[in-house]
Amino acid sequence: MKLLETLLNGLSSGSTYAMIALGYTMVYGIAKMLNFAHGDVIMVGGYTLYVSAVMMGIHPLLALLLAIICCAVLGVTIEKLAYKPLRGASPLAVLITAIGMSYLLQSVAQMIFGSADRMVRLFDLGRITVGSMQISTYTIITLACSAVIMAGLSLFVKYTRIGRAMIAVSEDKDAAQLMGINVNFIITITFAIGSALAAFAGFFMVLKSPPVNSTLGAMPGIKAFTAAVIGGIGSIPGAMLGGILMGIVESFAQTNPVIAPFTVAIEFSILIVILLVRPSGILGKKRREKV
Amino acid sequence: MALLEVNNLEVYYGVICALKGISFHVNEGEIVSLIGANGAGKTTMMQSTVGIIPKKGGSVIFDGQDITKTPCHKIVQLGMTQVPEGRRIFQELTVYENLMMGAYTVKDQQRFKADMDRVFELFPRLAERRKQIAGTLSGGEQQMLAMSRALMINPKLLMLDEPSMGLAPILVDQIFSIIKDLHKAGTTILLVEQNASKALEISDRAYVLETGKITLSGTGKELMQSPEVQKAYLGG
Ligand SMILES: Nc1ncnc2c1ncn2[C@@H]1O[C@H](COP(=O)(O)OP(=O)(O)O)[C@@H](O)[C@H]1O
Ligand SMILES: [Mg+2]
Repeated sequence: MKLLETLLNGLSSGSTYAMIALGYTMVYGIAKMLNFAHGDVIMVGGYTLYVSAVMMGIHPLLALLLAIICCAVLGVTIEKLAYKPLRGASPLAVLITAIGMSYLLQSVAQMIFGSADRMVRLFDLGRITVGSMQISTYTIITLACSAVIMAGLSLFVKYTRIGRAMIAVSEDKDAAQLMGINVNFIITITFAIGSALAAFAGFFMVLKSPPVNSTLGAMPGIKAFTAAVIGGIGSIPGAMLGGILMGIVESFAQTNPVIAPFTVAIEFSILIVILLVRPSGILGKKRREKV
Repeated sequence: MALLEVNNLEVYYGVICALKGISFHVNEGEIVSLIGANGAGKTTMMQSTVGIIPKKGGSVIFDGQDITKTPCHKIVQLGMTQVPEGRRIFQELTVYENLMMGAYTVKDQQRFKADMDRVFELFPRLAERRKQIAGTLSGGEQQMLAMSRALMINPKLLMLDEPSMGLAPILVDQIFSIIKDLHKAGTTILLVEQNASKALEISDRAYVLETGKITLSGTGKELMQSPEVQKAYLGG
């Protein structure tokens, strides 16, 4: 039973990682850049929940909706202001800009909210007992929501016009333009979706643990990025798989008191091993050379 | 009036000048070809005309409209598209999905179905393979798919960048006969080729591009008989 509990915990934190990893992977696939400020969008989502639900007393679900909107607008704004002017610039310049953006968001948050933790308690979540097993309601909510979101996203990409345009742009931007696809618009949509998913991740994170501070998104961001690379950066199913794998490994590592302190080290070692065996990640495709 | 008119087009890659001010035009109903050796600037001309790479100078008029600064996706909606060099089909999508991408700007379902039937009639092989992942098609089939995909918008002007590249001779003949068919059916065609003899044979008019400049122009017949062209491009 302990085993099953650990697995469920792993699945729920893993689906939070997957939510974040999806943002990294979609932006990478479509804009061909690593958006290092992505983790900090989660943090902005966390503070939005704090301001709306805790300070203003808005219903938590409405607060979630607000967080989603704020994050999506923020993601799109970051792209327009910081990244779009650098299209075609060297990848290094873009990467440094993204890192700078990450620090900018953290500093602004600290200026506004200070460095002390803000507590965001949204619901009174208890535990439910199934047989001899205790499952926290948080786990169930996270798992259920993520499953719905990931299924919805997969269907969106496969079966809608815009979804297919996203695949086309990620495969070949020039050919996509020749189909009449407005690449800038698709990039905007991608940033909006990725950032909205980050808001969900922030929501799941405060459900699990209420303190919010300016570095809320830093570690989960790095882990989710690692998860996206493990799964194969650019691949949507890869990000889901990588995120869940990451959560399960973390959950099992933390149950063992000897191994627990090395959890992060273990996670990154897995990354290294997987990249040695499969340089493009588990589900990543080798880029076919163009003739 | 010319359907496409390009005046003094200049394109740079960094400091390197790839097109040094070229001018040409394509009249409605014509097949015009641009021949030139590898590296002459043919692909650069195609991509800058359709707005994929930026122009440094010059102007492009299509169907009476100045499209010099129009972004590529809008130009395509005006009815000018191209089959890019190397085909560039969407490898991960199926044949059918590739054609759907081709019809991205077509909102009318009825028209979409009719266009789909038309390209399947032109390319029966693709109809058989509509559910196949495009990346697994043979080179010839991929070229046919790239052409079909471009035809899905019913272009007024279809530009083809080296459609015969890398294909077996029998397929090259097939591709050229399809181009002739498309032309007969009313599509205006701008063709870029290294395979000069084939291209000149089917062209109303042609231009010769050499290191970023147009050095010769004339009817297909005239150029085929020109000593310079024979020496440089027709192996005689
Ligand atoms: N992306 C690029 N960056 C720099 N130079 C380029 C690029 N693409 C093409 N060139 C150069 O521009 C010239 C024309 O190339 P291209 O238009 O591809 O010729 P063609 O299609 O006739 O073979 C060549 O000298 C080529 O090396
Ligand atoms: Mg070329």
